Amino acid sequence: MTPHLTARNAFIAALVLALFLVPVYAVWIGNNFVLSLFTRIVILAIAATSLNLIMGYGGMVSFGHAAYLGTGGYAVGILAFEGVTSGFVQWPLALVVSGAIAFVIGILSLRTRGVYFIMITLAFAQMIYYVAVSLNRYGADDGLTIYRRSQFGGLINLSNKTVFYYLCLVILMGSIYLVWRIVNSRFGMVIQGSRSNDRRMRAIGFPTFRYRLACFVIAGMICGLAGVLLANHTDFISPAMMHWTRSGDLIVMVVLGGMGSLFGPTIGAVALLVLEEALPYVISVAGRVVTGHDVATAKEYWQLILGPMLLLVVLFARGGIDGLLASLRRG
Amino acid sequence: MKKTMVAAGAILALTAGSALAQSKSVKIGFVSTFSGPTAVIGNNMRDSFELALDHIGRKMGGLPVEVIYEDDGQKPEQGKQKTEKLIESDKVDFVVGYIWSNVLLASLKPVLDSKTFLISSNAGPSQIAGELCSEYFFSTSWQNDQTPQAMGTYMNTKGVKSVFLIGPNYAAGKDMLAGVASTFKGQVVGQELTKWPDQLDFSAELSKARAAKPDAIFVFYPGAAGVQFLTQYAQAGLKGQIPLYTAFTIDELSLPRQKDLALGVPGAQHWVNDLPNDANKKYVADFKAKYKSSPSFYGAQTYDAVGLINSAVVAAKGDLTKKDVMRNEMRKANYKSVRGPYKYGNNHIPIQNFYLQDVVKNASGELVLKTVATIVKDSQDNFAAKCPMKW
Amino acid sequence: MLLFIEQCLNGLQLGLLLFLLAAGLTLIFGIMDFVNLAHGSLYMIGAYFAATFAAMTDSFVLGALLALIATFLVGVVVEMVALRRLYGRDHLDHVLATFGLILFSNEMVRLVWGPEGRNLALPSWLNTAIEIFPGVYYPTYRFAIIVVALAVAGFLYVIVMRTRIGMLIRAGASNREMIGALGINIKLLYTLVFGIGAALAGLAGLMQTPILTASIGMGENILILAFVVIIIGGIGSIRGAFIASIFVGLIDTVGRAFMPDLLKLFLSQAAASTAGPALSSMLIYLLMAVILVLRPEGLFPAAGNR
Repeated sequence: MTPHLTARNAFIAALVLALFLVPVYAVWIGNNFVLSLFTRIVILAIAATSLNLIMGYGGMVSFGHAAYLGTGGYAVGILAFEGVTSGFVQWPLALVVSGAIAFVIGILSLRTRGVYFIMITLAFAQMIYYVAVSLNRYGADDGLTIYRRSQFGGLINLSNKTVFYYLCLVILMGSIYLVWRIVNSRFGMVIQGSRSNDRRMRAIGFPTFRYRLACFVIAGMICGLAGVLLANHTDFISPAMMHWTRSGDLIVMVVLGGMGSLFGPTIGAVALLVLEEALPYVISVAGRVVTGHDVATAKEYWQLILGPMLLLVVLFARGGIDGLLASLRRG
Repeated sequence: MKKTMVAAGAILALTAGSALAQSKSVKIGFVSTFSGPTAVIGNNMRDSFELALDHIGRKMGGLPVEVIYEDDGQKPEQGKQKTEKLIESDKVDFVVGYIWSNVLLASLKPVLDSKTFLISSNAGPSQIAGELCSEYFFSTSWQNDQTPQAMGTYMNTKGVKSVFLIGPNYAAGKDMLAGVASTFKGQVVGQELTKWPDQLDFSAELSKARAAKPDAIFVFYPGAAGVQFLTQYAQAGLKGQIPLYTAFTIDELSLPRQKDLALGVPGAQHWVNDLPNDANKKYVADFKAKYKSSPSFYGAQTYDAVGLINSAVVAAKGDLTKKDVMRNEMRKANYKSVRGPYKYGNNHIPIQNFYLQDVVKNASGELVLKTVATIVKDSQDNFAAKCPMKW
Repeated sequence: MLLFIEQCLNGLQLGLLLFLLAAGLTLIFGIMDFVNLAHGSLYMIGAYFAATFAAMTDSFVLGALLALIATFLVGVVVEMVALRRLYGRDHLDHVLATFGLILFSNEMVRLVWGPEGRNLALPSWLNTAIEIFPGVYYPTYRFAIIVVALAVAGFLYVIVMRTRIGMLIRAGASNREMIGALGINIKLLYTLVFGIGAALAGLAGLMQTPILTASIGMGENILILAFVVIIIGGIGSIRGAFIASIFVGLIDTVGRAFMPDLLKLFLSQAAASTAGPALSSMLIYLLMAVILVLRPEGLFPAAGNR
């Protein structure tokens, strides 16, 4: 991991710097929405980073990762609804519950492999989703508005958008650092070894099941924290937070950015969500240039462009965007 | 270093903000569904809004009007995000639209926190009429329970003794079924809530309804789901066996696809295309001329939103910072509504008539909706008493 | 009791429909080792084609046949242009690529057919209910779906078990490398299998259209159910897919119908009628999880596949 000034490292450094400067830019142009958008991006990047830990390094493709996002969010939302707004209670509880759920899911799922693992994690996530749907007291399908963000007794004010953004960003950087430490530890070596040849790792004498389970729980807890942040950011929770399409989005972010790469998930989250915002705008501008007048409806078709873009990334950029960047040096 | 930059930026932002306040236009954010199967509704609303703006020369109190349309994708989360964008990025003066109750409930906080006026031109969940009522919220539609309540009243007059209720499991669905049950004097023999908006196969529910042997079935399925329900109701052979009563299930948007299946199925509505007032005649005729299709109640309510906002801007003489003046004017509902004159309750929900509509064939053989009778006059919702606001 | 029989028929109908989707999915998965999320898009395209062709030809049956052929062709073209390059790649590459295809086809359908969806009217001889037992009425058309799907299942069985192509398909599902070594034109076989899968998905879609109408995104929810089916049944196993789809269809429908009543014994009316649908939707996933915990490769794993 000795840093060289390659195109890839320069890009990542620029990206991190840009992320740190977002609030300044938002103030500069007097538009809080940019900040709001990037807060969301950073939070989902945390979730994607946690997914990358099990998926990219451990070979455990979870198609139910949004369940922890929902668990974290519901922990905050339900407690706030019941009058407990202290972050000192909400946050640790959210982490413990996400960890516990990951533990149960992991113990039952980790015996399966490949696509069967993908689907069993989906099954558990769907069960949790439907539990949320049946919570009548907490809004069921319609979700619940959170009227007060987590309180930290004057220590930090989450209602201040800039403060909240930096908190999320620091947590993202912390998560990436944590993943880096894990991956390069003995523990991480076992996880990665088990991905390529589980039988051999067991033969050497490593109880790989326990290692993988521990890894799965850590990822669940990080994602639960992302859920806590997301609930505080949107002031709203609903079962949609953990719909299977959200789990799919997280997988797309990781694969798009680059699996098994430390900053890949962040790159993927930024790329996907910025495209979501920018494509409609680009299309409407292009439409105005081409046709000479406003084509208000054209921008609704932005997915017509995004879809083939994803297909092209798969076809021509193995290892996602990060893989593409890494190949620049070689090429 | 960073502090000074932030401070410098803040000063810039302040000056930019005051510059914005002086910029002479009325900015309106419009949130509705423009993608997915229910985009038809959103498009009908947008067309009506544009038509209404044309009718006032696209100026309010001398200021040009600028509208920004945003798609909520029928998802509460997305609706909330778009609403926040309108408030924070576009800094609109009014937010209008909202088809779905759950989207409206999710989007409420950012709008009201910023003291921006929100005009719901469709959704009317019970919470916003009751404990969540706000001096920055107005409705040009109704409270969810009101329309089905009128239907319940009508079913009483038809001598219906027992009913089976079917509706989608979300905020409005629950309100609608509760609304019918509150005025219906007979027995509710069964109630089914279906997963929304995913579940479109109602075979299990229809089988249960048949087995319960009720005098009537009441349903609420807005948009395309209304087409699917009516089709399956006919396929199950229930048409002619158990009569159907509806709210918001048959309208000008679904009728072209429901066709003869909708013939003779009654519905309750506060607006029908043939209401005999001048504003309505102009709206319906011009809409048909401009878009070559029929306006719906969704469009009518949205057309009215322009009238309501215009009255407020005119009363404030174009000074959009005079929120109190604008609010007081809107409370008078002092504009030509296409439903005819109405009043506002203390919770800013209309007090209005509800009509019985039926599907008939007109002279040229087309299926049209027709006003048959007035079911209730000056109906006010049941939640007004729970709203602490007084004026 | 009569109600129970009726609900079982509803469940059977849903199950058989799922089978049509799952059969194609499990073949493509088993033989090409390809995860096709866009299978639901083919289901949707079949539905739109049927609605359009039936309106053009003024005949339900003719429209359905044309739609079947058209969906087969779309499948073949998509396979040849894009997906064939992805065989042998990581499953996650398949997921990302076919996810892109879903977005594309949804928007394409919206561009071509508009957002409001399409109807497919039934001929009057299908648009009634028949009395299958004294007092039990059942929609004729749903009954027709059951018959058609059973016929297709039988047809598939004959093809897979009794013909040369079927032998290759079975060989492919259990040992991919082997059929290559036999000197079979693998590319052609793959394209053909993909096209058949597409046609089956299209058939499921077009048969649903008179009931559900054709709408954008109709494929995504049922796709997940189809995946559940092939996982429970064991990837690559048509027999497994058949049994699992009927299982899933029955549990889903019967659960939806009777769960709320069952819950009313313990909960209030209001709580039971909201928790009921949620709990019964959960049943399928519960079933899948339990089966995978007990049998990590599904009920009927194709021999040698992973």
